[in-house]
Amino acid sequence: MSNRIDVKKTYKLFINGAFPRTESGRTYEVKNAKGVFVANPCLASRKDLKDAVVAARAAQPGWNKATAYNKGQILYRLAEMLEGRRAQFVDEIASITGVSKVKADKELSDSVDRLVWYAGWSDKISSLSGALNPVAGPYYNFTIPESMGVIAAIAPETPSLLGFIDVIAPIIVSGNTVVVLASTKAPLSAMSFAEVIATSDVPAGVINILTGKKDEIAPWMASHMDIDGLDITGLATKKHAELRIAGAENLKRIFSFKSHDPARILAFMEAKTVWHPIGL
Amino acid sequence: MSFDYAPAPESRAVVSIKPKYGHFIAGKFVAGSKHFPTINPATEEVLSHIALAGKAEVDAAVKAARKAYTTTWSKMSGKERGKYLFRVARIMQERAREFAVLETLDNGKPIRESRDVDVPLAAAHFFYHAGWADKLEFAGLGTSTKPHGVAGQIIPWNFPLLMLAWKVAPALAAGNTVVLKPAESTSLTALLFAEVCQQAELPAGVVNIVTGDGSTGALIVNHPGIDKIAFTGSTEVGKIIARAVAPTHKSVTLELGGKAANIIFEDAAIDEAVEGIVNGIFFNQGHVCCAGSRLILQESVADEVLEKLKSRMAKIRVGDPMDKNTDVGAINSKEQLIKITELTAAGDAEGAQRWSAPCELPTKGFWFAPTIFTGVTQAHRIAREEIFGPVLSVLTFRTPQEAIDKANNTPFGLSAGVWSEKGSRILWATQQLRAGVVWANTFNKFDPTSPFGGYKESGWGREGGRHGLSAYLKGVGHE
Repeated sequence: MSNRIDVKKTYKLFINGAFPRTESGRTYEVKNAKGVFVANPCLASRKDLKDAVVAARAAQPGWNKATAYNKGQILYRLAEMLEGRRAQFVDEIASITGVSKVKADKELSDSVDRLVWYAGWSDKISSLSGALNPVAGPYYNFTIPESMGVIAAIAPETPSLLGFIDVIAPIIVSGNTVVVLASTKAPLSAMSFAEVIATSDVPAGVINILTGKKDEIAPWMASHMDIDGLDITGLATKKHAELRIAGAENLKRIFSFKSHDPARILAFMEAKTVWHPIGL
Repeated sequence: MSFDYAPAPESRAVVSIKPKYGHFIAGKFVAGSKHFPTINPATEEVLSHIALAGKAEVDAAVKAARKAYTTTWSKMSGKERGKYLFRVARIMQERAREFAVLETLDNGKPIRESRDVDVPLAAAHFFYHAGWADKLEFAGLGTSTKPHGVAGQIIPWNFPLLMLAWKVAPALAAGNTVVLKPAESTSLTALLFAEVCQQAELPAGVVNIVTGDGSTGALIVNHPGIDKIAFTGSTEVGKIIARAVAPTHKSVTLELGGKAANIIFEDAAIDEAVEGIVNGIFFNQGHVCCAGSRLILQESVADEVLEKLKSRMAKIRVGDPMDKNTDVGAINSKEQLIKITELTAAGDAEGAQRWSAPCELPTKGFWFAPTIFTGVTQAHRIAREEIFGPVLSVLTFRTPQEAIDKANNTPFGLSAGVWSEKGSRILWATQQLRAGVVWANTFNKFDPTSPFGGYKESGWGREGGRHGLSAYLKGVGHE
């Protein structure tokens, strides 16, 4: 047992349901908390981002069309799959971030529970945020929240798994698709989460995960004309202004958040109002 | 036998216009330094001279708004705030005719529209929002009960008083104080509204009105004493504002341009649809951000619809806005007329076929006959750019999916229309259309209870309803 050589994992990107290497051929080194080499994840490029956006855009109408019940079950399925891989994630979190196994285990539990929490929002957000508007005339008039489209996101550095879940779950639960840049220093949780996604009936392209440098990828996200919204929670506040300026070119909706809240789901939804006459 | 309409002019005796106006700051009218003329676009008659606010005036207005916010408005209970707004609504109703006549003189829109749409809706907005002031804790998911503070509001010239109401009513209900700038060509009803604020005994500084052009607007947008910007206008300026406030703490709502598709399926009630097309594009001279400016016709009924549309357009009465029979009034300004003329020339040059309603246009003032272009492709400028005038671009489709694809093929996403007698098709289409407001078997309907605003490059946020109110309250969970 002790002299067996481990079969180590190659950490790759997750785009359109597949695990490609970065087209750029670049990697960077990730070490554990003790400074020992762990992996060479991909240093994603602008082209990888573009590919991921193409996949996310193509997947969006289908995902949006899935019933709220179906979307809720798929998010719940993510929680099931994550729970089943507890040991792997706890090891990775503890190794990379240096936190105790107990703390890592807590983060895993919180992550599973958070997925379950968001799963339950899929068929409730519309009733709480929609409205039947009593207009002064013979019209049936209602407002419903709809998915916004393709959302890009920068996951926070830590907690590397829970922070990642808090970014992607509220984006996809409403029918958006996402391109997310994982924690740079601790990308293993996000990349292993891709394996959870791949076994959870999440359609290809709904969640796309890049690893790499925030300073390189975030500005490309902000200026990309086929991205509708951007979650910059994972980015230092001093970088926000330049991204908001770049994002103004297509009036991207850009937000950062401090808590998990239904407002986080609504931030990447659009309210649609429909009028129809009432009469014989 | 032909029936002619006798002229039915509305009297302008109900309004008295001063030769010169200042700003409304801290509850008082203060003299301006520089002035520019405001004209009646239907006659080019100079109506008055409007003050151009510079840095000093904007500073004074922001200071007054801050003082009112800190000392009075934020300390007042919602119940009391609401009663002021109810007063404002009532006084606007009482002085409705005066507002309507003044709006028509200054803007050029038909008196029928200012009297029956703009002014009653403006009063309704105040009445609706008045009732919110003491119910903010029920304003829904994701909103706090905390206002932003001082709101800077910049409004356009197409619905001067109504846009003022859309901005000021929710801001005050939520507990903000405001600095408002009306559009340079249409300041008069905002200045009359200042008198209403005085009659309602609104505490000084809660509403401040500074007049001026884009330079005044920029001073408001960039003023460090302002916490919230609300703008209605062009997408171009909207983007400038978005960039300007990016490094600041300011919260922003933007109501910007549109290029709405109005889809007519072959099973539509054609006569009703034709009325809807006319209302969609010729209401308010087409100076409507949500105007149904792209008609998307199912091929099988295209000839029939176009024939009926032309016949109907030939009966549109274009002319004196003060005449109660007038359907389409004057183009708001010379600049706008030049823009419409330039874009329609591009329509000719790119190969679309122009048809204009046969009508006699007055010799003075700014006028453009109701016009349609057929043979328009999706690449034509008149199918992509907002004309903001009485000009309709007609495209056709064969399958429902093609209609949706064409409708959504635009960076805008403010509104859309769909006409069909089949319920499931209507609901399918309203779901597919990427627009904030979808009118099904109707068009250009507005109500204070009904959220209005755009997807994509048509803006940020909503106005009206609970959603609109929340734009004037601090968000929950956002940084």
